[in-house]
Amino acid sequence: MADILFAAWLIARKDLTIEFRTRSAFFSAVVFALLSMAIFYYAWDPTAVTATDLAPGVLWVIFTFSGLLGLHRSFGVEAADHAIDGLLASPVSRESIFLGKAIANLIFVAGVQLVAIPALVLFYNLPLGNVAGPLVAIAVLAAIGLVAVGTLFSAMAVNTRLAELLLPMLALPFFVPIVTAAAQATAKLLSGRPVIEAAAWLKLLLAFDIVFVAACTLAYPFTVED
Amino acid sequence: MKLLSALAGVAVVGAVVRAAYFTPLEAKQGAAQKIFYLHVPAAWVAFLAFFLVAVASGVYLWLRDPRLDRFAESSAEVGVIFTTVVLITGPLWAKPIWGTWWAWWDVRLVSTLFLWFIYVSYIVLRGAIDSPELRARYSAILGILGALLIPFIHLSVYLFSTMHPMPIVGKPSKPSLPGEMLLTLFVSLGAFTLLYVAFVRSRYRYAVERDALASVGTVNA
Amino acid sequence: MSSKISSDATAAAVPIVEVSELTRAFGSRRAVAGVSFSLAAGECLAVFGPNGAGKTTLLRVLAGLLKPTSGSARVSGIQLPGGALARSRIGLISHHTMLYEALSPRENVAFAARLYGIRDARPRVDDALGRMAMLERGNTPVRSLSRGMQQRVSIARAMVHSPQLVLADEPYNGLDDSGARALTALLQELRGAGTAIIIVTHNLAEGLSLATRAAVMQSGRFVRQDTVDRIDAGSYTRTYREALGTGG
Repeated sequence: MADILFAAWLIARKDLTIEFRTRSAFFSAVVFALLSMAIFYYAWDPTAVTATDLAPGVLWVIFTFSGLLGLHRSFGVEAADHAIDGLLASPVSRESIFLGKAIANLIFVAGVQLVAIPALVLFYNLPLGNVAGPLVAIAVLAAIGLVAVGTLFSAMAVNTRLAELLLPMLALPFFVPIVTAAAQATAKLLSGRPVIEAAAWLKLLLAFDIVFVAACTLAYPFTVED
Repeated sequence: MKLLSALAGVAVVGAVVRAAYFTPLEAKQGAAQKIFYLHVPAAWVAFLAFFLVAVASGVYLWLRDPRLDRFAESSAEVGVIFTTVVLITGPLWAKPIWGTWWAWWDVRLVSTLFLWFIYVSYIVLRGAIDSPELRARYSAILGILGALLIPFIHLSVYLFSTMHPMPIVGKPSKPSLPGEMLLTLFVSLGAFTLLYVAFVRSRYRYAVERDALASVGTVNA
Repeated sequence: MSSKISSDATAAAVPIVEVSELTRAFGSRRAVAGVSFSLAAGECLAVFGPNGAGKTTLLRVLAGLLKPTSGSARVSGIQLPGGALARSRIGLISHHTMLYEALSPRENVAFAARLYGIRDARPRVDDALGRMAMLERGNTPVRSLSRGMQQRVSIARAMVHSPQLVLADEPYNGLDDSGARALTALLQELRGAGTAIIIVTHNLAEGLSLATRAAVMQSGRFVRQDTVDRIDAGSYTRTYREALGTGG
């Protein structure tokens, strides 16, 4: 178990080094998130819908699409010179490869959220109060679900003809429970309801994470030719 | 084979005729309710088809028998047709009865919508892969994951509907159908299932021929 | 026709590779259709053959990228598919460089070293790159290097963990004269130190300069196997053409 995690960390670190070198996916995702906040605000009538009401939906929809930007390059980097063969021929297990990629994606998504969430609070003048803690919990749970499913589909999409089109198409239906739960829970928190009312949504997120982290980790070896 | 298709065709026509002319009108909903006899059986087949896709997918990953993949492919393409029927008859029924074309709080309707999304991604995925072995493997993964997704969609919509109750006038529910109507429903269910079997067999045949043609150039001497 | 191994005059060393009736099928097509041979430490098998003969598939099975469909293969005594242990003893040089273009040669080779469990990677990395004369450009991103230089890095990457078995698929591809000489020297040295090598190449001269054994592969089978001892490319060319002509 320890060597699976160690190998996963080696791979994650390698991915993050590459991403940090080019930074293009990260900046694209951040810029996309910020622009979307502007667009969403201007798309609504502020007397009919307050920014606080708008915020949860905006936040989690942006999170999905900006996450996709990062997910796409996850296995793209392995396809270029068949670097994936180098990984597969090495002693690391298939599960480590998946976990390593997922961890790198998680850090990527977390990085985008670290910029996007404060930006949203700023732009939409949100009453954070002591909601920050639970909000972080929601963000973490949502990110884990997104990354589990997204990493697996990234591994598959890269081997198909319409890779950039296929990844969103495959992944978005799976993102819907995540976005719904996260947005509803965030809405409850922002409108000052006690955390307990968001509990059902959090439990759904947790169940989703458990099921799909397990399923996707188990499925990954099947995406590799054997 | 032709007998099966003919039988299925007759059964469906029979069911439609029975539903239209020989089944009493429902008291509150009137004639619009008769779509129910199309809508519910189509939904039954849509979910049955996907359940079978998921099972075939799982067994394929275990046994790697291409026949399982061909069956999954056939069931998916037939399933998407039935799912589309559900999604068309749904609003046609909902508008007169509920006053709205679509109901985001209705667990079954939304689950069917997402079933449709999964089916379409399944078919598009298959279309984007040339290698038969890779295509079979990847489709199988999607088939299984899709089956895991549906309960979560169901749960999300259910939670949503309990927290945001919508004013609904006269929402119809399935149970307690009088005998005549129940019989029509079962006749319709049977007819649609027969139709499913006929379509899948035909589509499977096509897949067998197509694969045989494709492998002509690559068989080892 | 099954391929018998011609008896070796040298003392039988512990075999690093033992392959018996190895088959790998893709659907109904058998890319490798019953290959048998064994290779001891310090031996080098050159596999020649036309495109589509199954040479690359054979290497990929031995490298652990593909599972055998039937037959058996043992690497370092481990039955394939041998998991992590078998893969840790093998170095693969493939058609593709398998490099990360955004990273430098140092980073690529160091990453590989760590994947293979080498704790203190730096000296081994420098040594491997040095052998292939890539230390000087060791810190520039791989994408800025020529194909030949990338190939050198790829070779360094395959050797950094001192594998017992080197599988080389067209390793001379893209290499200039000095690169080719560096590779040959490196492989000779490894052979001397007991590494077994299987090299797939179109270039008879290069293959024969290293090989202690030569096989001709066609339609998934070895149609001919020979012990080669300072055989020259010219006379072997006839042998090669004949073997393909008869087809086994």
